[in-house]
Amino acid sequence: MLTYYLDLAFRSLKRSRMLTLLMVLAIALGIGACMTTLTVLHVLSGDPLPGRSGSLYYPQLDPRDMEGYAPGVEPADQLSWTDGMNLLRARRGTLQALMTGGMVPLQPAQTNIDPFHADARYTTADFFPMFGVPFQYGSGWGAAEDDSRARVVVISSELNNKLFGGQNSVGKTLRLQEADFRIIGVLGNWRPDPHFYDLYMGAYASYEEVYLPLSTSRDLHMQHDGSLDCWGDGGGDRDKLEQSTCVWLQFWVQLDNPAAVASYKSFLQHYAEDQHASGRFARPAVIRLRNVQQWLDFKQVVPSDTRLQAWLALGFLVVCLINTVGLMLAKFMRRAGELGVRRALGASRRALFGQLLLESGVVGFVGGVLGLLLAFLGLWLVRQQPSDYAKLAHMDSVMLLATFVIAIVATMLAGLLPAWRACHVAPALQLKAQ
Amino acid sequence: MEIRPIFASLRKHRIPTLLIVLQIALACAVLCNAVFMISKRVSDIRLPNAIDEQEISVVDIQGTDPLQAASETSRNLAALRGIGGVEAVSVVHTMPLSQHNWGWSFGLSMDSVLSDEHNTNVTLYFVNQDFEKVLGTRLLQGRYFNSSEYADSTIGGGALPHTHVVVITDTLARQLWPDQPALGKTLYSKPNYYTVVGVVADVLRPDVYTSNRDKSYDDVFLPLSPDEVLHAYILRSAPMDRDRVIREAVAKLQQLSPQAVVEGVTYTSMREKYFANMRSMVWILVLVCVVMLAVTAFGIVGLTSFWVGQRRRQIGIRRAIGATRGDILNYFRTENFLLSSAGVLLGMLLAFGINLYLMRHYELDRMPWYYLPGGALALWVIGQLAVIGPAMRAASVPPVVATQSN
Repeated sequence: MLTYYLDLAFRSLKRSRMLTLLMVLAIALGIGACMTTLTVLHVLSGDPLPGRSGSLYYPQLDPRDMEGYAPGVEPADQLSWTDGMNLLRARRGTLQALMTGGMVPLQPAQTNIDPFHADARYTTADFFPMFGVPFQYGSGWGAAEDDSRARVVVISSELNNKLFGGQNSVGKTLRLQEADFRIIGVLGNWRPDPHFYDLYMGAYASYEEVYLPLSTSRDLHMQHDGSLDCWGDGGGDRDKLEQSTCVWLQFWVQLDNPAAVASYKSFLQHYAEDQHASGRFARPAVIRLRNVQQWLDFKQVVPSDTRLQAWLALGFLVVCLINTVGLMLAKFMRRAGELGVRRALGASRRALFGQLLLESGVVGFVGGVLGLLLAFLGLWLVRQQPSDYAKLAHMDSVMLLATFVIAIVATMLAGLLPAWRACHVAPALQLKAQ
Repeated sequence: MEIRPIFASLRKHRIPTLLIVLQIALACAVLCNAVFMISKRVSDIRLPNAIDEQEISVVDIQGTDPLQAASETSRNLAALRGIGGVEAVSVVHTMPLSQHNWGWSFGLSMDSVLSDEHNTNVTLYFVNQDFEKVLGTRLLQGRYFNSSEYADSTIGGGALPHTHVVVITDTLARQLWPDQPALGKTLYSKPNYYTVVGVVADVLRPDVYTSNRDKSYDDVFLPLSPDEVLHAYILRSAPMDRDRVIREAVAKLQQLSPQAVVEGVTYTSMREKYFANMRSMVWILVLVCVVMLAVTAFGIVGLTSFWVGQRRRQIGIRRAIGATRGDILNYFRTENFLLSSAGVLLGMLLAFGINLYLMRHYELDRMPWYYLPGGALALWVIGQLAVIGPAMRAASVPPVVATQSN
């Protein structure tokens, strides 16, 4: 039966080529535009660390003075050195790391490579195990290196390829800002998108090339990059950030179960109240403890242009679908005579309805395939754009499946009304007209 | 043209009628909003910037020894001046549209502090001697800095230079002192204070504010003697010399400071990079508009053709009893005009609604009223163009059809 219907569908589609072509094109364009923007949206709002991000939390405190204070105001986005160190030393989570970003002049030993700026992450030992960072060679550092301000560095695989041709470079020396560092690890393929742990370097920006202990970076007065928010008489000297009234550090903590989260929350609240009582925090104690997804939502990481495009494309798809409904209606009504004959010969309304719906499904499938090709073209175009996130615009299996489901369901829905109208023709009238 | 029969016929085909009206309405709504977004972005990309963009090159050097900055700067400037075709050289901290902003906020009363809410947030441009010759800024009032003001101004790891003179932009001057001359007035940020000695035509900030255009011009120029924060060397040359000048300048600075990181670009490419995302968004919007209008037109062609096919006999009869070809043509064109009118009426309401939604969620401005009739006109024209083909076919139905049985 199904093959017979399919055969009928193809015959009918072939009969009015122009109309079929228009329908397929409308569906394909709508689906193509829609899937391109939805894929970009899907990629950008993806989970940076699947399986891990649910248990990673970002504590926020409010150490600012009363200037600009209003009840209900959100606490500061980052931590000051004092609070960061206090939370780090408290060790209340399974793992925790304090970090910030920077730029370090890198002076390669190879004379054929000019010195360049390397994006750097200054952090503490738990960064690697907590974020599940894979290593190609060597490993990260431990608490001892943090304490001793050791001149050790972990490099990205790209940097390793650039400087050492991808060889195992563990133990070799890297010159950063006129100081010698010992390479102790080379990362594997690691790139969580968005760059959730520090959004101030660009949420989809290029990734760090060197990772070194936070204590060492302060020791060598390495340049801090990213957001620096000061109040009171803060600001000023970049070498004395430890004492300044500024927030410039990110702190992440791993909490494995709801009980741990609850107890960390109360620890944080007590800490803030203590600081308020002692006079260090002028504002009433307000804390936040967001996990990765909540933090990304709060910071509205997905560019609003991307969401706007998705809305626009959705509107466009609706225009295309309405268009298809109209054309489909024209097509089915044109066949009123044929349908009348079939009804007269004993076909039930349900059978006709099913057959017409199948026909629109076929249009949807062909439109979907074409739309998929258009989406690939669209994504290729997106990747040619200069924005940070452009390179990430690739279709994955989820979106591939979604394309077909959306195309077929949308077209079947579009076929519903015309099919219903068409199978309600009165057979007698049609036969008479013949 | 009698329109009652058209209404009667449309009433008989309620669903196709509704579909066409809906499609035109949606297309009109999306079109108005998309064109509005396009025009907003195009005008952002074209934001005026009162410097001679075509003639400027920027060579950035970083990773040098901060303690040597003073002596190295004059050495570097001298070296760059020696390059053939270079008309002027200076060194600054950051450039308009470079995305590297050094922000501060000033008040107008003596006890203003940085965090005062009523302060005006501005960009600080630290500049060295001859910056105006390289950038080509246009002085509107007062003067630029003299050499002793440059020499006396140091920053020493702090956030603000130790000087008491500033040059500000025209927009900032009007904002701070709406009805008075700005010259001689003072900006405060305890314990620092600065007297305005000059006003220049509007120069953009390192980042523009698309939601509030005037904010994009709030700059304060401060003189500064050579310091590690001055690391962007700017060179002026004829546009055709720029590439060579940059090449030679990078080579020269790299040779003088082998350990440093040296990068050079033309100012025009800096500007292009800043607006690249906006530009690609414009193209995406244009593409969506064009394709959507095409789809709408094809939809109208398809449905009208279907109607023409259905009514061949009626048309034949009308022709047989005296209707001219023109009458038939007019019938379909009027019908399309009525459908389009209903569509654009609904569409304008929808466009307005979408604009309200976007204003609330995406910080968009209110759409000027003329976008609505503009979009309506576009869809009317497209409807009329799309209907011509099927209507011509209808008009060419011979009267003899009336006598044939289907």
